[in-house]
Amino acid sequence: MSVLCAFRLWGDHGQETLENAHVCLINATATGTEILKNLVLPGIGAFTIVDGHTVTGEDAGNNFFLSKDSIGKNRAQAATEHLQELNSDVSGNFVEEGPDKLLDNDSEFFHRFTIVIGVQLPESTCLRLGSVLWSASVPFLVCKTYGLIGYMRLVVQEHTVIESHPDNALEDLRLDQPYAEFQNHIKSYDLDSMEKKDHSHTPWIIIVAKHLEKWLSEHNGQPPKNYKEKEAFRQLIREGIRKNENGVPEDEENFEEAIKNVNTALNPTKIPSAVEDLFNSEQCKNITAQSPCFWVMLRAVKEFVHNEGNGSLPVRGTIPDMIADSQKFINLQNVYREKAMQDAAAVSKHVESLLQSVGKPAESIPEKDIKLFCKNASFLRVVRCRSLAEEYSVDTVNKDEITSCMDSPDSEMVFYLMLRAVDRFYQQHSRYPGVYNYQVEEDISKLKACVNSLLQEYSLNVNIKDDYIHEFCRYGAAEPHTVSAFLGGSAAQEAIKIISHQFVPFNNTFIYNAMSQTSATLRL
Amino acid sequence: MAETDEPEKKRRRVVELTEKMLVDGDAGSTSDWDDRWNHIKKFLERSGPFMHPDFEPSTESLQFMLETCKILVIGAGGLGCELLKNLALSGFRNIHVVDMDNIDVSNLNRQFLFRAKDVGRPKADVAADFINSRVPGCCVIPYFKKIQDLDETFYRQFHIIVCGLDSIVARRWMNGMLLSLLVYEDGVLDPSSIIPLIDGGTEGFKGNARVILPGMTACIDCTLELYPPQINFPMCTIASMPRLPEHCIEYVRILQWPKEMPFGDDMALDGDDPEHIQWVYQKSLERAAEFSITGVTYRLTQGVVKRIIPAVASTNAAIAAACATEVFKIASSAYLPLNNYMVFNDVDGLYTYTFEAERKENCSACSQVPSDLHFSPSSKLQEVLDYLTESTSLQMKSPAITTTMDGKNKTLYLQSVASIEQRTRPNLTKTLKELGLADGQELAVADVTTPQTVLFKLCFTS
Repeated sequence: MSVLCAFRLWGDHGQETLENAHVCLINATATGTEILKNLVLPGIGAFTIVDGHTVTGEDAGNNFFLSKDSIGKNRAQAATEHLQELNSDVSGNFVEEGPDKLLDNDSEFFHRFTIVIGVQLPESTCLRLGSVLWSASVPFLVCKTYGLIGYMRLVVQEHTVIESHPDNALEDLRLDQPYAEFQNHIKSYDLDSMEKKDHSHTPWIIIVAKHLEKWLSEHNGQPPKNYKEKEAFRQLIREGIRKNENGVPEDEENFEEAIKNVNTALNPTKIPSAVEDLFNSEQCKNITAQSPCFWVMLRAVKEFVHNEGNGSLPVRGTIPDMIADSQKFINLQNVYREKAMQDAAAVSKHVESLLQSVGKPAESIPEKDIKLFCKNASFLRVVRCRSLAEEYSVDTVNKDEITSCMDSPDSEMVFYLMLRAVDRFYQQHSRYPGVYNYQVEEDISKLKACVNSLLQEYSLNVNIKDDYIHEFCRYGAAEPHTVSAFLGGSAAQEAIKIISHQFVPFNNTFIYNAMSQTSATLRL
Repeated sequence: MAETDEPEKKRRRVVELTEKMLVDGDAGSTSDWDDRWNHIKKFLERSGPFMHPDFEPSTESLQFMLETCKILVIGAGGLGCELLKNLALSGFRNIHVVDMDNIDVSNLNRQFLFRAKDVGRPKADVAADFINSRVPGCCVIPYFKKIQDLDETFYRQFHIIVCGLDSIVARRWMNGMLLSLLVYEDGVLDPSSIIPLIDGGTEGFKGNARVILPGMTACIDCTLELYPPQINFPMCTIASMPRLPEHCIEYVRILQWPKEMPFGDDMALDGDDPEHIQWVYQKSLERAAEFSITGVTYRLTQGVVKRIIPAVASTNAAIAAACATEVFKIASSAYLPLNNYMVFNDVDGLYTYTFEAERKENCSACSQVPSDLHFSPSSKLQEVLDYLTESTSLQMKSPAITTTMDGKNKTLYLQSVASIEQRTRPNLTKTLKELGLADGQELAVADVTTPQTVLFKLCFTS
């Protein structure tokens, strides 16, 4: 099974975490099997489907992983057969039992999983699982397709991300505070005396550095700050372009690159506020023998910042590609790489002494992990989701988020409230509204009563138009395949983020509206 | 002639098999079963406050979708497999699919209708077989062809066309084809000649889905600036100044392989042949060593040679799902369709952004008005050619320029036929004045990005 493409996105170590993962899916409905398909294809190690339901005609109609022959069989078993067939490297398992019964018999059943994905769960089961998984620190992803609405809720106490792969990362060039080795390297260039070929193949970083030196000496050590000064600085660089015997400037693309990159180059070296916040968090301040590696390394980086780093993070060690001859580019790249290695080594020493201070061996955090951590120091992220208990409790419900979203007429928040109301309906009537045609009309008033009791219970002073209540009765708890498939893609990707600790997962509620093809992320 | 026979033969074979099932099964049973379409019927047989103003709930909508509605899916790859599944499970039975590729082992981790045993077979065929057997009653008809091999008669038969392509050129061609089918009476567009085009695209963790009503809403060319031209590494970097491992690999691929022909004359580099990749990998390492460049790996080598853009199963799933939802909405008229462009990105959390892309007044594809070309009479034809290929709003590949002079058709430059290219090459260095072109003259340009010629009007500047 070729996983060539996947490797290039999340690397070997990302793929390894996938191959060691054991995913639990509760309920093999269309939404569930679509999510699992997108996890089986890239190659998770194993999955277990937990489902006590029997396959109905309706199930076989919207689910690619159930066939006509599956009708009457246990749904977990039938779906496992078809999903297993997608990838023989994955180990597929099933349990012909619902989650409530499982928990009754074995409260630790779910502890073994890397992540639990619960689909189309009634509220009581959802809350019970939420509590169990929260205590066991097992990430829980709740998903639901209801008519044309998709819903996801991530429940994870603390999720650390070292490799967040930000889209538009700022480069770490240190032009505002060049370290000694960089300074020496810059000194080794004499632009004025260079041969023409060398001049036009000098990396733009050097060109900017040289001209910045000139500028600083003429401006009292102050770098260009506003637009006017930056324009003047660009002009200064432009004047550095060699002219031919007629005084016409030559075509020096590297100088054009330097001019284009002035803004980037002049970005001050700064510790991002997100990282400062992490430095100030409790987990960083109190390192114990139980501290996860992430916090030990973070503390070590903090120590580095206050010592060898002189207030800055370890040098990242990468530079963007730029017009230059191979030799000059590689020499410059090596100046950054070597500094990065030096800084990482200093961080390693701090890691060692921290580990020693809590009685753990230095080998418990490998060199390569520390190097990776240092390289990503500017991009570290920690995601903390509120528990379901907090979301549902009258005392800690996020009233502000709900009421402020409801102020906008187009907010997806109304669908969240409708899903809660529908859950309430299910609790009261042991069925969902409008499943049969004859129920649609009469259930409208019943559902409205649920909406009102919900709003009252949480003291939510918001208005939900009757149209939405009517629409949710019309849905009749349908699970159309295309909406399931959209959630299938979205949820699987979030699960992969959780498993691989790469890229940043959402926090904490995602609503998809297939009617308008819009979505929102809410923090509840 | 023979080309239309094959799909017809296949269609007849599928119909025969279905009829056989009817005969063999219990009296009165079809491939359907009780409650099969429950999830969909709720949207077709019930009214609701958000439905399309013209929608009338009825039991006939489902029959229309099952029996009459004809959908064409372009592409049976990452998006195509998802689209076929989505449509089949949404009540569509008459689905045709076009794809010109064969299955490669690197497709298997995303294109879930294919297995290891299918490697080498046409994607369209295998996809159709899988869907037809997994979704009883569904009749997917495959075409192992390029979209350009099929004509207006073919495309005109469909109610909706949905694209899951990986090529902008192909998208533009499809766009142009549907525009060419539009019928205008006394300058008024006949709505029954409009075939909606749903287009999906993905790249890594990003994707987009859009609805195009040809002649009415923004077309592919109206928003061409959203697809920036792909940049290849400059030759001088590859030839003499490599800095990255990718530069070294490209050097071996572009320069060393044709020179050394390591597996025999006329043996083209095959990205799927491990021996070929191994050779390129070794040579790339040598090249890299010369320049002290690190980072050349076997995997990177294969990725660069095959131009693999990292593809993710999840993004394809989400985008294809959004596209299929739109097909359902339009076919059933149950809801207003997406108006008209959705962008999806799940790098950091999940994010969608929906907006109405606007028609461009002077769009070279759909505005029906010849675009102006502003050049001085002393400009060379080469400059016009460069503009046609480099302008972000045109991005043509190898335009052929013709005009009418003294009532006769004259080819100014054409690249794709060697003899004509040779004959017309001297024109490139001639000025527009020397070529006898006048202010206001119409130029007709043909290109692989469109099935119709595009008209331009020459406007001389001083």
